[in-house]
Amino acid sequence: MQVAIRLGLLGLSLIAASILVFGATNLLPGDPAIVILGTSATPDSVAQLHHQLGLDVPLWQRYLDWIGGILHGDFGTSLISHSEVGPEIVEKLAVSGPLALLGIAIALAVSLPLGILAGVRHRHWSGALISALSLGGIAIPAFWAGLLLVTVFSIQLRLLPAGGFTDWSEDPLLAIRGLLLPALALGLVQGAVLTRYIRSAVIEVQGEDFIRTARAKGLTRWQALRRHGLRNAAIPVVTVLGIQLTALLVGAIVIENVFFLPGLGRLLFQSVSNRDLVTVQDLVLLVTATVLVVNFLVDLSYRFLDPRISAR
Amino acid sequence: MSGRRVPPTVLVGGVLVGLVVLTAAISLAWTPSDPTHVVVADRFIAPGSRGHLLGTDDLGRDIFSMIMAGARNTLLVGIVTVVIAIGLGVPLGGLAALYRGPLELIVMRASDVMLAFPAILLALLFAAVFQPSTLTAMSAIGLSFVPVFARVVRGAGLQVMEQDYVTAARTFGSRAPWIFVRHLIPNVASVIIVQGTVAFAIAILAEAALSYLGLGTPPPTPSWGRMLSESQAFLFQDPLLAVWPGMSIALSVLGFNLLGDGLRDLLDPKLVERMPQAQG
Repeated sequence: MQVAIRLGLLGLSLIAASILVFGATNLLPGDPAIVILGTSATPDSVAQLHHQLGLDVPLWQRYLDWIGGILHGDFGTSLISHSEVGPEIVEKLAVSGPLALLGIAIALAVSLPLGILAGVRHRHWSGALISALSLGGIAIPAFWAGLLLVTVFSIQLRLLPAGGFTDWSEDPLLAIRGLLLPALALGLVQGAVLTRYIRSAVIEVQGEDFIRTARAKGLTRWQALRRHGLRNAAIPVVTVLGIQLTALLVGAIVIENVFFLPGLGRLLFQSVSNRDLVTVQDLVLLVTATVLVVNFLVDLSYRFLDPRISAR
Repeated sequence: MSGRRVPPTVLVGGVLVGLVVLTAAISLAWTPSDPTHVVVADRFIAPGSRGHLLGTDDLGRDIFSMIMAGARNTLLVGIVTVVIAIGLGVPLGGLAALYRGPLELIVMRASDVMLAFPAILLALLFAAVFQPSTLTAMSAIGLSFVPVFARVVRGAGLQVMEQDYVTAARTFGSRAPWIFVRHLIPNVASVIIVQGTVAFAIAILAEAALSYLGLGTPPPTPSWGRMLSESQAFLFQDPLLAVWPGMSIALSVLGFNLLGDGLRDLLDPKLVERMPQAQG
């Protein structure tokens, strides 16, 4: 499919997702003002909140106002803190962004060598051991891994903080120390998932004719794999990487709450608890849009990994 | 299936899943003590002493009883979410494969969009709009799985529709609902079973994470996720409190994952989709 068509589909999906999010927070039964204020609210305060929420304006108008605002960088005003949501999101990104990146980096650092090794030696005991360990790792909830890491590294060894975050501007080194355990919790679990997929992709590619030809030419197993195998094994791995990036983003929402990190996940959780529907709406759309864009980029990357796809 | 060797993964996975089911079943009739009974004098009893196999928590509740009762909650959530996902996803995917055309296009495009709402994100959205509860969590997790089931059933269904026996049935004048029930469902059953097992594991993880956040199963119903969140304040005093529920979650998820892997080898459906694993 042409890139332009894909880009158009991405646009349509983004619009559809925004309508879904808006619909969920605006169309579902119940008066949002009552939901926010509780059933004991006075009619006056309900009417005031109706006005504040813009409920006296038609639904489609409210949707267009919301989306139009976001496209101009205006994410609206929080119902609870009455501050602008946009600047708050930017501020929290300084925590969530590095956390996600560090998590992916750890996941790849673990899974690439282990996955390839497990694939090449899948009949050897070392391959079986890596495979078994990764199966166990997949079953571990990242937030439990976080609690275990805290028990060992914060409480027993007193090496790293059990939670909280020092702002980058104050002390970048302390900031990174604060992100280390949460990123490890995310990265190790995601690494286990990736290890399994890299292993099976490597096993599959080793059975291909072109590897046999390369071996017949006199290349060693590793040489054949490096020159011909890995790039071919990359496509299924990139697909999974895209899917797991979603899992990592969602995992970060939970992990930030384990470690009390002031990031987007913590903000989303607090907004859900406070029923701050404006902030919830913005954040859910933000995560959804990120997932859709990542899937789009994964699709595009196939063209670079396998030129045959764009020739088709 | 005769003559085909049962993979060891099915055996190990089956034993683990069976253990969870058995624990949940026994807990309906009997637990060593009432899992919600608070005895402040019996706080933080060490495992194995004074009749508490796994000790007691910060409120003096018997951990082993709570773990047993928590298995019930875990299974309930898994079953309900998978039933929602199959109940909505299979008809949607099946109809898309049967009728093709605009219906198929709509189902597939809608699935693509819904895939951008992972279980926990949808559950957070639902918790903000409705009250957080087990039902809210289960509905959200179940709905988030619907597109995956719709897609795999459509994929498998398209292959079935090309088979000669379907063409034959159509020549005889069989109508679409008959073809759906008689030919499509039995032939996509294996892919549904495997996908359902994988989804079960992810539902357990998602519910645990939501209960940990306080947006899943409300107290006093024992839940492994909430036990973990309650343990966090006492990691210094009693780190074992975080070990038992976490291990229970991990072993259950491992059981369903192994069973799913094994059934995939055994039933050999080609089209099972990867789902984002280990959310939270």
